[in-house]
Amino acid sequence: MGDLVWILVSAAVVNNFTLALFLGLCPFLGVSGKVETAVRMGIANIFVMVLTALAVWVLNTFVLTAAPFLRIIAFIIVIASLVQIVEMAIKKLSPALFRALGIFLPLITTNCAILGLAIFSTNRGYGLVEGLFFAVGAGIGLTIALVLMASIRENLEPADVPDFAQNMGLVLILAGALSLAFMGFAGLFSAA
Amino acid sequence: MSPAKKPPPSQELIKGIWRENPVLVQLLGLCPALAVTNSVANSIAMSGAVLFVLLGSSLLVSSIKRIVPTDVRISTYILIIATFVTIADMILEASVPAVHKELGAFVALIVVNCIILGRQEAFASKNSVGRSLLDAVGMSIGFTLTMVLMGTVREVLGNGTFLGYSVLGPNYEPWVIMILPPGGFLTLGVILLVFSWVKRRSAARDKVASSIGGPAVQEAA
Repeated sequence: MGDLVWILVSAAVVNNFTLALFLGLCPFLGVSGKVETAVRMGIANIFVMVLTALAVWVLNTFVLTAAPFLRIIAFIIVIASLVQIVEMAIKKLSPALFRALGIFLPLITTNCAILGLAIFSTNRGYGLVEGLFFAVGAGIGLTIALVLMASIRENLEPADVPDFAQNMGLVLILAGALSLAFMGFAGLFSAA
Repeated sequence: MSPAKKPPPSQELIKGIWRENPVLVQLLGLCPALAVTNSVANSIAMSGAVLFVLLGSSLLVSSIKRIVPTDVRISTYILIIATFVTIADMILEASVPAVHKELGAFVALIVVNCIILGRQEAFASKNSVGRSLLDAVGMSIGFTLTMVLMGTVREVLGNGTFLGYSVLGPNYEPWVIMILPPGGFLTLGVILLVFSWVKRRSAARDKVASSIGGPAVQEAA
């Protein structure tokens, strides 16, 4: 049990997907203008990550044992089609949920965080339960990063920055500061 | 699109280096640009892999563009890209296992690098094989230059070395933070700020020049 908690917390804060591993930067930089959008994006991400963890476990256990070199191709195809199918199912079953998360699902299908999750959990040899905890942790970590960034950017809006700095350069510097802050979590477990 | 309107082929090569630089202007491929630029050697290996995948998939996509149905084109591109990435991954693992280990999952993540899919969708699927290859080479050069620039800044400041050779002498106290994740964000942020400052200045200069020189200069620009 302790191991599972460790996997979750480690993926969420210590090895934060976005701020320490640079995965999922596209949504991090693109969809972090408003807090509300950021929260929805984060939740959609957790959802897709859990699906991915399931798919990866099935592929690794039953399919790819015969042909491990097809891993990258198999992951990308299966994850992309799975998300598409689930998207159609949600649209049919729960229009409210679809309105809340729908537009984000296709956007994150092939984002590096999702494929990164698949590859990391394979490389570390996670089983089904470990993989699920890892997915939830990574999703929470991504959500935290997105929401923090969006809050900072919302507050930054009225600030008077020089006009050449009104682009991604400034956002990246902010991300650097956030990443620096998250490095503080690195000692969280070594002490225990 | 008449052939007369197309820019000269040399332009396809050059545009990727500065005017449409994939990382600095289009902000594509940021994951690898930040994740593996903690040393110059890693930057070069990553750029080599991207060059290989981009060339291979541009070649294939531009030659089969007429037989791929529009509805499934993106999936087709992804399959093609994933195939080349698998090959690149295997070549790196066989030839430079140390570097391959350090790049880790990021070689596989070239599949979802937006530069590659972006060029297939925006360029290779609409242009001839020759032009697509030039475009791919240009974009790769632009990507490589940015990667090496970032790798140099981060390795020299963070470790005092360049490609493993000491540059700043034994008395230099390395800024370890530069080779850690925050250093990646800060370096790219500063580079982007400088880049946009330079562009703004040259745009302001062009404006002054055209207001003095009248419409003739504007035409030339």
